[in-house]
Amino acid sequence: MPREKFNILRSPFVPLPVDNVDTDQIIPARFLKATTREGFGDNLFRDWRYLPDGSPNPGFVLNKPEYGGKILVAGKNFGSGSSREHAAWAIYDYGFRVVMSSFFADIFRNNALNNGLLPVQVTPDFLEKIFTASEQDPQTELEVDLPAQTITLLATGDQESFDINPYKKECLLNGYDDIDYLLSIKEKIIAFEQQRNQ
Amino acid sequence: MEPKTLFDKIWDAHVVDHIPDGPDVLYIDRHLIHEVTSPQAFAGIERRGVPVFRPERTVATADHNVPTKDQHLPIREELSRLQVEKLEENCQRHGITLYGLGHPYQGIVHVIGPELGLTQPGMTIVCGDSHTSTHGAFGSIAFGIGTSEVEMVLATQCILQPKPKKMRINVEGTLGKGVTAKDIILYIISQISTSGGTGYFIEYAGSAIRSLSMEGRMTLCNMSIEMGARGGLIAPDEKTIEYVRGREFAPQGEDFDRLAEEWLALATDEGAVFDKEITYDAADIEPMITYGTNPGMGIGITGTIPEPEGSEAEQASFIKALDYMAFKPGEPMLGKPVDYVFLGSCTNGRIEDLRAFTQMVRGHKKADHVTAWIVPGSHQVERQAREEGLDRILEESGFELRQPGCSACLAMNDDKIPAGKYSVSTSNRNFEGRQGPGARTMLASPLTAAAAAITGRITDPREFF
Repeated sequence: MPREKFNILRSPFVPLPVDNVDTDQIIPARFLKATTREGFGDNLFRDWRYLPDGSPNPGFVLNKPEYGGKILVAGKNFGSGSSREHAAWAIYDYGFRVVMSSFFADIFRNNALNNGLLPVQVTPDFLEKIFTASEQDPQTELEVDLPAQTITLLATGDQESFDINPYKKECLLNGYDDIDYLLSIKEKIIAFEQQRNQ
Repeated sequence: MEPKTLFDKIWDAHVVDHIPDGPDVLYIDRHLIHEVTSPQAFAGIERRGVPVFRPERTVATADHNVPTKDQHLPIREELSRLQVEKLEENCQRHGITLYGLGHPYQGIVHVIGPELGLTQPGMTIVCGDSHTSTHGAFGSIAFGIGTSEVEMVLATQCILQPKPKKMRINVEGTLGKGVTAKDIILYIISQISTSGGTGYFIEYAGSAIRSLSMEGRMTLCNMSIEMGARGGLIAPDEKTIEYVRGREFAPQGEDFDRLAEEWLALATDEGAVFDKEITYDAADIEPMITYGTNPGMGIGITGTIPEPEGSEAEQASFIKALDYMAFKPGEPMLGKPVDYVFLGSCTNGRIEDLRAFTQMVRGHKKADHVTAWIVPGSHQVERQAREEGLDRILEESGFELRQPGCSACLAMNDDKIPAGKYSVSTSNRNFEGRQGPGARTMLASPLTAAAAAITGRITDPREFF
């Protein structure tokens, strides 16, 4: 089924310089009880974002008015732990379209790609530059160019290229979906089953 | 013929198609589902107007949300109840076998698969749950998937998956007294970190691994994901064959004997190449305990909490973790107070785990201030424990055997550790808030959990031998 297409995104970003952000932090298990994909953004980073009494935690970056944008930039090993796709849904539902880190957990990376959320892996040095730039100017912008596979820190002109599987890149650029693809090769799947049964 | 690894043999036999410059189309033999990660997948295929392609290859159970007491009553919490009801509706509508609440086969999805013989060597097995790696103990390729991938499997019995790299981890030698499979895996993760296995599928080998029971191998493979690996597997041997033989959904008679031959032949060929290989000495492993907020933050139980090291960001993350736990570098773990003990989960909720715990507490009393939850992994485990009289021994020592489910491992049901309290847990994750908002989790083996339950503080289980 068609999805939102991704091409070039220019946006300020939200810095989260914490390593090993696991999916239990992104969306705690007690908020996984919905049976639809929508609305998880309300509980994104719930236990960091809100104090135990339910009021917003002023120290957490999502509650700081100076930060915003469609790009989330986090420390290394982002998305480790549980396979819950709700983590990707929550980040997307909140309004992010790119999540950037120096290292991603595998299942999270797949889940993000399957939901039109682009995971961009940068070098630790580049990540450091991004965090430094945002300390100097919270409104500073990044440009993510999917066709060219580059990421640019606009204030300094620093640029890096990033990897993405060519098949997944096509999917994101065109809003394609893996399930449509698999349904289109059903004859091959049936032939495989028959061959195995012989 | 070129020598192949166990992993390659199974993977290659399941590739339906290669997408040029893209992932493989991988055929899935067994699909397990539960109430939390499946509803959106069913909604997806219904929106597309496609049926479940091979309903007989999917089996469902309710485990994450279920209460561990009074399971005959309706689930009190509305959202949990709705999710379990949705699973019942979906399975009925699409012709999928469900072992729901009250069914004698209900239990944690990774406990019931093996005990029913649904898990077999050489298979590809997926589930919308990262601990699907458990089933790798049987020499199968088993890994967790997201809900979009659950939808792919429902619609086509296939998923798109890039082939991972291969790593072999050997543990050689004899395990010390009181050292269990849980300690081996916590040790390995503490050595290679929570991201050291990312991008790899692990094969566990070596004499210490071979010496483990099937239950121990499941505990080991279960936590492969905690080092970032999608899964881990162990070559089938006679123990594997004997465990599977005669189980309800396993092949029977001559079919079984023929398949058993094939399963034994899956072992990695001499000379097969791994992208990475690590060897550990079993003698270096002591009972382990975690002190931080990821499973890689573990030490031998007689050790002291290390000092922060590495980059600025790494040190900041380390200090954040210790602040959450209210621990300091240099402190010993032995003697730290314990408020809760949880025995259970897909990691350590099997009969052997209950036996080990019971054996330790026999003749002792639970510390008064400790709240303990003893949660079997399935109804079959519960029944067996009662048949063996474990429930009575537990009761004499002040413990109560509850009913099966994921329980306090992720606290989606009522079994939540209160904020600020310390829990020794046989589960798999010590993330912030994992066992309830503000809960402080220390991961350990059933033996270490039993020792903590008796003394009310972190105690070396070897003191009880």
